[in-house]
Amino acid sequence: MSEFTPYPAAGTGAPAPLLQLRGVNKSFGVVHVLHDVDFAVYPGQVTALVGDNGAGKSTLVKVIAGIYGRDSGDYLFEGRPVAVHGPRDVAALGIEVVYQDLALCDNLDIVENMFLGRELRKGVTLDDVAMEERARETLASLSVRTVKSVRQSVASLSGGQRQTVAIAKAVLWNSRIVLLDEPTAALGVAQTRQVLDLVRRLADRGLGVVLISHNMNDVLEVADRITALYLGRVAADVPAKDVTHNQVVELITAGRSGELGIKDVASATI
Amino acid sequence: MSIKSDSRTEEFEYAAGGFSGDNHQAASLGDAVRDYVNRIRGGDMGSLPALLGLAVLFTVFAFAHDRFLSTYNLANLVVQAGSICVLAMGLVFVLLLGEIDLSAGVAGGASATITALSIVDNGWPWWAATLAGIAVGALIGLVIGMLVALLGIPSFVVTLAFFLALQAVPLKLIGSGGSIRVSDEVIRGLSIKNVPVAAGWIVAVAIVVGFAGLSLWKHRTRVAKGLVHKPLSLVLIQIAVLSVIVLGLTALLSENRAVNPAVFDISGVPWVAPVVIALLLFWTFVLTRTRFGRHLYAIGGNAEAARRAGIKVKRLKIAAFVICSGMAAVSGILAASYSGKVSPGSGGGNELLYAVGAAVIGGTSLFGGRGRAIDAVVGGLVIATIPNGLGLLNQASYINYLVTGGVLLLAASVDAISRRRRSAAGV
Repeated sequence: MSEFTPYPAAGTGAPAPLLQLRGVNKSFGVVHVLHDVDFAVYPGQVTALVGDNGAGKSTLVKVIAGIYGRDSGDYLFEGRPVAVHGPRDVAALGIEVVYQDLALCDNLDIVENMFLGRELRKGVTLDDVAMEERARETLASLSVRTVKSVRQSVASLSGGQRQTVAIAKAVLWNSRIVLLDEPTAALGVAQTRQVLDLVRRLADRGLGVVLISHNMNDVLEVADRITALYLGRVAADVPAKDVTHNQVVELITAGRSGELGIKDVASATI
Repeated sequence: MSIKSDSRTEEFEYAAGGFSGDNHQAASLGDAVRDYVNRIRGGDMGSLPALLGLAVLFTVFAFAHDRFLSTYNLANLVVQAGSICVLAMGLVFVLLLGEIDLSAGVAGGASATITALSIVDNGWPWWAATLAGIAVGALIGLVIGMLVALLGIPSFVVTLAFFLALQAVPLKLIGSGGSIRVSDEVIRGLSIKNVPVAAGWIVAVAIVVGFAGLSLWKHRTRVAKGLVHKPLSLVLIQIAVLSVIVLGLTALLSENRAVNPAVFDISGVPWVAPVVIALLLFWTFVLTRTRFGRHLYAIGGNAEAARRAGIKVKRLKIAAFVICSGMAAVSGILAASYSGKVSPGSGGGNELLYAVGAAVIGGTSLFGGRGRAIDAVVGGLVIATIPNGLGLLNQASYINYLVTGGVLLLAASVDAISRRRRSAAGV
């Protein structure tokens, strides 16, 4: 696995990856969590990151987000190696993470939440008019119609609407890549539908989207590529249309499925 | 942003049509009233309990004692409420974060001691002495804030320790049983002197015109840009209500209220009122119009979310305690101005509970994330009315304790119940 072949192979005219991790290793003390992980995010595509509990999904996301450092390996943005020393460096690149526990303030309204920590100002005062205009524009461009008013407090929103606000917050800053951690985990059928549509629209706008999910139906429906992790290793990195539901489940649970997956599963240990 | 086929104007129309509730809200006064009723039923009551409480207390005391509604007593009430309002305004900052400061009252007492001693012993001018007192208050707040934010000790424990320890300051500096007279013209004058009638009217009219201008300007901008806005009729009603209150109070306080009007002339707004109003305007601006204020609400709502948004939670926590204790110092000096002296017991009695009660009854939540500077002022008036009215009725002081304790408990219950309703209704 040491030599990385970007997908699609170079020279095919397909888009180059926006974000690329090469040969990333990460250990916590004696526990080796990530083994030579290669991961790529392409513009305009939804890349699903799947794996069982403890496969290293969260660790990989936190490495991408700059919360954890790397023990070894390269972090490339638009083909260039970048130095990442913390979450701020990552945000500066235009990479936003929407965490599972949405990090919204219930007592603030939608506009206030979307601009939290990055409020627009006129002199020393907050520029509420400009913020409301931009929030409306962003929500409308994502075709969000389920919200009654942008001045509604977030406490009054449903789970799907909250997820929508959290995603819109990430998109507001002209971000290039959005990582979504289990965005549909706590949602009902209709709300899951809304959020998946939104995920698709983000990719259609040219963003690189990473979807971390346990739900195979969601993944196969919305993803363009699937990266499966097994015990901290990349078991497969394949186009979603080339694999079946069963194959993905096998990759997650056993690390291989027929020709796909880790060749020598028996030696793969944590 | 690459795939965006529709033109910009279309997108704006789409945006305007996308949020049905925004247009609905703007529709009419009837809708605004309905929205308000829904908010109250959902548990978002704001200052309503305080206003109801004020109405009840005024009715009861007006019937019980014929002099309660006299302009003389009204002016007295304003002066008595001053220090409670200021203390409560400071506490709002700490309560917003879901913390508590039990030491604010005695911090005010200790600061007022420093101010009084600076004048009496060192002959400092009033402004230098006042600044010294506020600096001492701010320093106390800094230490408390650092212990809470950096060491992570619960604020309840830290400030309880300070409540006990700070009582030593005036006791050591003044000596038990003693007191320092505060006879400085300006400081004592805050309570016993009045703004000249003409100046009072000018300020009152300026406040009304300023409020009307700002509200109408804001309304026009928001309508022009197609943003969420209140109906014009509601804006006009708000302006009218404020005008009646401000101009009405000014008119009442501008009458000669001396017991023997032929001989003495006591008229005009007591100087305390403009001080409280200036602080109210300043802190309202800070809380609603600055990034600092917005971040305080965010921390009170969800500290983890605030931290992830890059807000320096610890630094803001310390700042809140500094503001609280600094305002406590101002309150302590106002209390000294009212009583004309500082004694070892200053600030150690009911003051703090009065102030917490004032903030909470005004609509500030003990659970954090909700509260305004005006809550403290409205609540402060309610709380000050109780000892004022009971005092007129010559009731034994145990009744005062019972009633005040009861009101605090009632306010906290209203807070807890409305919070439950809020989380059920999701307002």
